[in-house]
Amino acid sequence: MGAGAGFFLKKLNIGGFLESVHSMKRAFTLLALAASLCAGAALADTTPVSQPNPSAPATASGAQQFTLKNGMQLIVQPDHRAPTAVHMLWVRVGSMDEVDGTTGVAHVLEHMMFKGSKTVKPGDFSRQVAALGGRENAFTSRDYTGYFQQIPSHRLEDVMRLEADRFANNQWPDEEFKKEIEVVKEERRLRTEDQPRALLAEQLFATTFIASPYRRPIVGWMSDLDAMTPEDVRAFHRQWYAPANAAVVVAGDVDVKKVRALAEKYYGSLPARAVPARKPRTEPEQRGLRRIAVKAPAEQSYVALAFRTPGLERVENLDANDRDALALMVLAAVFSGYDGARLDRALTQGDNRVADTVSSGAMVTGRGPSLFMLTGVPAQGKTAAQVEEALRAEVARVAQGGVSEAELNRVKTQWIASTVYERDSVMNQAQELGGNWAQGFPLDANEKLLALLRTVTPAEVQAVAARYFGDDQLTAATLLPQPLDAPRARPTLPPGTAIR
Amino acid sequence: MITIKKVASKAILASATTIFYANSAWALLPIQHWTEPNGAKVWLVESPVIPMVDVQIDFDAGSRRDPAGQAGLASAVANMASKGVKAAGAEPALDENALGEAWADLGASFEASADNDALHYSLRSLTDPPLLDKASRLAARQIGEPSWPADVWPRDRARWIASLKEANTRPATVAAHAFAAAVYGSHPYGTRATEDTLMRIQVADMQAFHTQLVASCRAKVSIVGAVSRAQAQTLVATLLSRLPASTGCAPLPPVGEIAALTAPVEQNIPFASAQAHVLIGQPGFARRDPDFLALLVGNHILGGGGFVSRLTSEVREKRGLSYSVYSYFAGGLHAGAFTVGLQTRPDQAAQAVQVSRDVISRYVAEGPTEAELRAAKDNLIGGFALRIDSNKKLLGNVANIAWNDLPLNYLDEWTKKVEALTVADVRAAMARKLQPERMVTVVVGGKP
Repeated sequence: MGAGAGFFLKKLNIGGFLESVHSMKRAFTLLALAASLCAGAALADTTPVSQPNPSAPATASGAQQFTLKNGMQLIVQPDHRAPTAVHMLWVRVGSMDEVDGTTGVAHVLEHMMFKGSKTVKPGDFSRQVAALGGRENAFTSRDYTGYFQQIPSHRLEDVMRLEADRFANNQWPDEEFKKEIEVVKEERRLRTEDQPRALLAEQLFATTFIASPYRRPIVGWMSDLDAMTPEDVRAFHRQWYAPANAAVVVAGDVDVKKVRALAEKYYGSLPARAVPARKPRTEPEQRGLRRIAVKAPAEQSYVALAFRTPGLERVENLDANDRDALALMVLAAVFSGYDGARLDRALTQGDNRVADTVSSGAMVTGRGPSLFMLTGVPAQGKTAAQVEEALRAEVARVAQGGVSEAELNRVKTQWIASTVYERDSVMNQAQELGGNWAQGFPLDANEKLLALLRTVTPAEVQAVAARYFGDDQLTAATLLPQPLDAPRARPTLPPGTAIR
Repeated sequence: MITIKKVASKAILASATTIFYANSAWALLPIQHWTEPNGAKVWLVESPVIPMVDVQIDFDAGSRRDPAGQAGLASAVANMASKGVKAAGAEPALDENALGEAWADLGASFEASADNDALHYSLRSLTDPPLLDKASRLAARQIGEPSWPADVWPRDRARWIASLKEANTRPATVAAHAFAAAVYGSHPYGTRATEDTLMRIQVADMQAFHTQLVASCRAKVSIVGAVSRAQAQTLVATLLSRLPASTGCAPLPPVGEIAALTAPVEQNIPFASAQAHVLIGQPGFARRDPDFLALLVGNHILGGGGFVSRLTSEVREKRGLSYSVYSYFAGGLHAGAFTVGLQTRPDQAAQAVQVSRDVISRYVAEGPTEAELRAAKDNLIGGFALRIDSNKKLLGNVANIAWNDLPLNYLDEWTKKVEALTVADVRAAMARKLQPERMVTVVVGGKP
């Protein structure tokens, strides 16, 4: 879905390091599958806490979870392959916890967390992390906000001290805010305003949801950023950055007992306080098709179809909606989980192909409402309407004819293999554990989810294709490409032309 | 076909085993290097903990070897690697969909790509022997016996051209093109695929390019994963088994070097966008340059080092002008560009350009302070392990050593060499490579 849908980061990683890393094209991970773009229904404010039992690791990978004495959660995942560690602080607050008029404040606060504390001057947090040999960043989604440092493992205590300090004592002068809010506006211009498909995604969400806070962009509306005050940001911090609303995740070359002692010292010692009540703001049932057009400078049209679906609210004692959410995850993979999957084959191949690219995604995990997305870019000479029709025809084909055992086995095989590949990255491990905590899942949610996905049958996939893809729960958005304002603003230089 | 149950049981076994291998006694994993009888050069790191392997095979067949007027040929060759393989003996031909299904069924992935210098083939697989055997034999067919289906290329070309046209509606693309043309002149690093050049590429051109450049004796193979040397040798032999027997690899014709700029270039290109995109730079240096580490450290301080670089401090932290501001050297076989980049509201572009130029000029003239150098070393040396703490990162490092003919102890010596650098070394290296008075400045955005 592009930038409008996912994370907003403290800093883009451009240029950077010398040693090139050759990346694999198709990262098929469970997390990517259950993209936290939107998802499962609202959670209770308190997560069920798994009581630590040091003699038996809570997951097959050896992760353990503890409750610190002020209610903050600690999750530790040892991985001793290299002398490094990831330290992450997750706060269960994201753009969905904002209110109108101050949209974007969760993300602005994430930026301001780098601007100091009672004892750390603006910029010194980053300087100190750098001096430890660390790399750092932070991210904000609809559901949560996260901060992380990748460090040599013997520096863990230093970053814990720093992170706990800014979590509790974030403080900065107004003039720092005045500069940083301009940086955030530039971020919005870069990642949304000059990106037609991100603009479309923003408007699609604003149309799909009426009561749910998922209707608002993570980065915030520009006029809200213009009107934001330092006090808006400080109030949001006071309101939501309570120990019982946060989890520390440490993965890497660490000793669980030592990490627990350090966490109690730096985090557990912070005063406990109540997490504010969350209003449910339940999205009402959609009663009829919604259709929008978005005009933006572009060459290619683009269509995005958002179908309301149930979400995966739990990974134990599933109800019928949870089962359907699982089947929708499988359906998305059958549609576009590998090269030559159904959508590719039907829409992008052959003499009369209608699309250049297509994709699907089941966004069924998270704290808000869920969506199943189908998107496509029309081929030359074809229209967005033709792509829309062809996408929906593929859904109908599954609803009528079902999917094969071979297709199902194929996507399950990919997921199983991906659980092995994911262990290569300590960062990924920490992100999965933190993401699962943020949506109220148990520590071993990934293992449970994988086991559950393996039980999904062709009949269940066929049933969800028949149940959730009618007109009434659909919001359709079409990009209408516009010429760039100034035709002469598009110089095309023949190859090899030197302007020196 | 491998069944789901079988893969599952292997994977579960794998997770259980891992814990027992875990060991805190950490040391840099050694790199083994040898040459196969077919001439392929191999670099191997045995990383036994996770039952997976990554392989990268690189050929001197990057876009710098695209024939004149056919920019995009190397990338087209890479693209076609996954579009079908020929029938061979009892093995039937496979089309793109059959290949996609086969890789998914294996829980593995294979892809090809091209950059300026190299054509890369990459394989990631579980190391369960039957799976890895099937994966490597399938990859071998894609490397050696692509079927070049004639109907697929016109389709993919149309798709490619459409995406190029779409990209040209973005200020970032327009800026990158203008910058590359100005910095590289007629050098292949500055050419790019256009509708025109793609229309001149036929399947026969791809076959010729592949035949000439993708040969076992030209392969550089990097492997990181849970395989022994013997297993790695089998793997390499299999992967290259479908390439024709080498008839000796005569040296390839040299590619010319990038000419230095003789005068500053300034381009202001009007564009209707919310931001102006700014690129400032010049030809940089080739990766083999002896100043490499000094320039790495020098750039880290200037604009490569996260939130604490000079450019970030002056452009973003002090003035709030840009979300992203950075500098980097893109040194490859040739002097890839030094680039400073940022994006800002069009009415602030002139100010951002001035601030950036001042930072660059002053830094090149004065070099870093002792404190800055110390801070950079602390970060780079202290964080060295972060460069090699996964198989994927290790593979990047091994492939770097392989491609650039670096010594096998390159990583072992890395921190020592960084520590030895002085302020004078860094200042001199930056001053040798950068001429602030003769840089290219491209600003795309704002009203004419």
